Amino acid sequence: MANIPQKIIHEYLRHDKKFPHVWCSGCSNGIVLGGIIRAIADMQLDRDDIMMVSGIGCSSRMPVYVDFNTLHTLHGRSIAYATGIKLHKPHMKVIVVTGDGDCTAIGGNHLIHAARRNIDLTVVLINNNIYGMTGGQCSPTTPHEAIATTAPYGNIEPDFNICNLAMGAGASFVGRTTAFHAIEMQNMIKDAIIHPGFSMVEVISACPVIFGRLNKKGGAPDMMKAMRDNSIPLAAVEKLPPEKVEGKIIRGILRRDERPEYCDEYAKLVKRVQAKEAK
Amino acid sequence: MPKTKTEKTKVAAVKEAPIKESPKKDNRKVVLMQGNEAVALGALDAGVNFFAGYPITPSTEIAEILAAELPKRNGVFVQMEDEIASICAITGASLAGAKTLTATSGPGFSLMQEGIGFAKITETPCVVVNVQRSGPSTGMPTSPAQGDIMQAKWGTHGDAPAIVLYPDSVKESYELTIRAVNLSEKYRTCVILLLDEVIGHMREAVTLPDIENVRVISRIKPTVPPQWYKHYDENQKYLSPLASYGEGYRFHVTGLTHDSHGFPTNKASEAADMMERLRKKISHNIRDLVQIESHKMEDATIAIFAAGITSRAAKSAVAAARAEGIKVGLLRPLTIWPFPDDAVRRMLRNVETVIVPELNQGQLIHEIQRLTKDKSDSNLIAIQRVNGRLITPNDILRKIKEVC
Ligand SMILES: Cc1ncc(C[n+]2csc(CCOP(=O)(O)OP(=O)(O)O)c2C)c(N)n1
Ligand code: SF4
Ligand SMILES: [Mg+2]
Repeated sequence: MANIPQKIIHEYLRHDKKFPHVWCSGCSNGIVLGGIIRAIADMQLDRDDIMMVSGIGCSSRMPVYVDFNTLHTLHGRSIAYATGIKLHKPHMKVIVVTGDGDCTAIGGNHLIHAARRNIDLTVVLINNNIYGMTGGQCSPTTPHEAIATTAPYGNIEPDFNICNLAMGAGASFVGRTTAFHAIEMQNMIKDAIIHPGFSMVEVISACPVIFGRLNKKGGAPDMMKAMRDNSIPLAAVEKLPPEKVEGKIIRGILRRDERPEYCDEYAKLVKRVQAKEAK
Repeated sequence: MPKTKTEKTKVAAVKEAPIKESPKKDNRKVVLMQGNEAVALGALDAGVNFFAGYPITPSTEIAEILAAELPKRNGVFVQMEDEIASICAITGASLAGAKTLTATSGPGFSLMQEGIGFAKITETPCVVVNVQRSGPSTGMPTSPAQGDIMQAKWGTHGDAPAIVLYPDSVKESYELTIRAVNLSEKYRTCVILLLDEVIGHMREAVTLPDIENVRVISRIKPTVPPQWYKHYDENQKYLSPLASYGEGYRFHVTGLTHDSHGFPTNKASEAADMMERLRKKISHNIRDLVQIESHKMEDATIAIFAAGITSRAAKSAVAAARAEGIKVGLLRPLTIWPFPDDAVRRMLRNVETVIVPELNQGQLIHEIQRLTKDKSDSNLIAIQRVNGRLITPNDILRKIKEVC
């Protein structure tokens, strides 16, 4: 019985006073939380070494529920706080949980610079294409022509491709998956945590209560089915004609590079400076 | 008229760094340095081992010196992408156990305000040095101003009591940087050090204490087992032990209003408790926090109330006026927030006229007004300048002569 998934998740939750959680029924945030916990449990990491940092948003409410070192920061700033923690305690596994608005709108600057530094943070970005917490305003990933409360006539802006953004900025591990593909997500998070460098895992998610309702996407099950039906694994892309790939969510690890990691580089610098001083 | 010779300058506070001679540390004795250098050195002597910052005139030398020095001492220096990231990174590092500081000037200080509020509500030690320059906006980057006195207290939203220190010299920049770090660790909060541009860039001889005579305060670590740990322990006179991330305590920190464990709450009683705790840890420790210098005030009928570089001009004006037999003294806050209410009340009882020179359009003077019983008091006189130039001893002397 010990390994049934609910039992594992239960072991990692903080039970007193933190529940019921704030998420709506049908929200993908809980699935992502499960994925992160199972990844950590699978790897048998010491939870004293796990640091979970988030910003502000529905997705960013995650840390309070889990029994790790947890920090719930300011809107957009989670990566900056995480950078401070990681640099002072490089042995910690620092996981940033963030939303599309948190990470690519207000926090975009921190995202690109952390990616450029290639500091060993694992960013799990829950992309629900909307500002959920504040009630459905446009985010940088709200699709063109979609409805948001601040785009009542349809969104006229083009949206970000988060993985391309992260790769362009220099992230050394970049992957995309969906909340429907729970096992794939869990494994991708595992790979991202193991990867020594800046990792971005974009999880395409459902906010049925706000985004779904505004855009007539049906209920949570319909949105989950859409993730299944509208996505293709990276491996299949090459075999398909371009018209079958057009508009689909491409899932998989899009980049996994070896590149000098920032904390390692800093440690080397310290050594070099001290060796020179000693002379 | 009593003899002014017998009067002594009183500094109504403990000196944190007693100065002693030592034969072995000869290179530390008397050093000619800039205010910004003194801040960097003070930070290192106080045990700061983590600096994150973004360059801005007139504070940049602090970052440059620490970029060179911290790696030698196993510390971290990181240049962040902006000042918002800088305050966030030092707060994160502090929660992981580092002693942290950042340095900036007006535009960067404005950007940091949300993060300063976060450090205060989460009771996380850190120090922000603001080497003030003329504002608003880009203003005059290399010209002095004292325009951030109110921002240092009220800059972040909500009620968030402040500890703000204000040196008047290079030597005191060194001492108050150490004190700022000490107070941040002791009171678990973001402490602000306000420097004047001219003090940051001025060179003066500083007699440095032996490093072993520098009084360094570090946060108290919890001794209870993790399951008993409360991140904000209400039983500890508002100064509760602080665990670090990654050492077995697995605590939660949030900028949301929280209970004593750090978990978010909407309960009115718990929200009130948190706010009271933030307020009382300052208001119940005024004696420890407030430092003032009272200079030739014993028989004064005219008082000057001034901080930082302006108090130096005031001190010269006091000497010149005293030479002409005018009974004038200077009250100078080294701690600007919490405001030295008691000392100011005493001053107001004993003098007929108060002159408040400041490099802004009126900030400190409102605090004096707040404490003045007779609100129509015409004996409260302002000297204000915001053109990038200093207030000179002569400017103050002229005013003294007008009123006496
Ligand atoms: C500085 C600041 N600006 C605005 C807000 C309001 N706010 C809170 S959450 C949020 C958007 C969150 O969107 P996202 O990151 O996508 O998270 P989601 O709720 O969709 O999971 C905004 C704008 C804030 N808390 N702080
Ligand atoms: S508003 Fe949307 S994102 Fe937020 S909890 Fe509800 S379903 Fe989830
Ligand atoms: Mg969102």
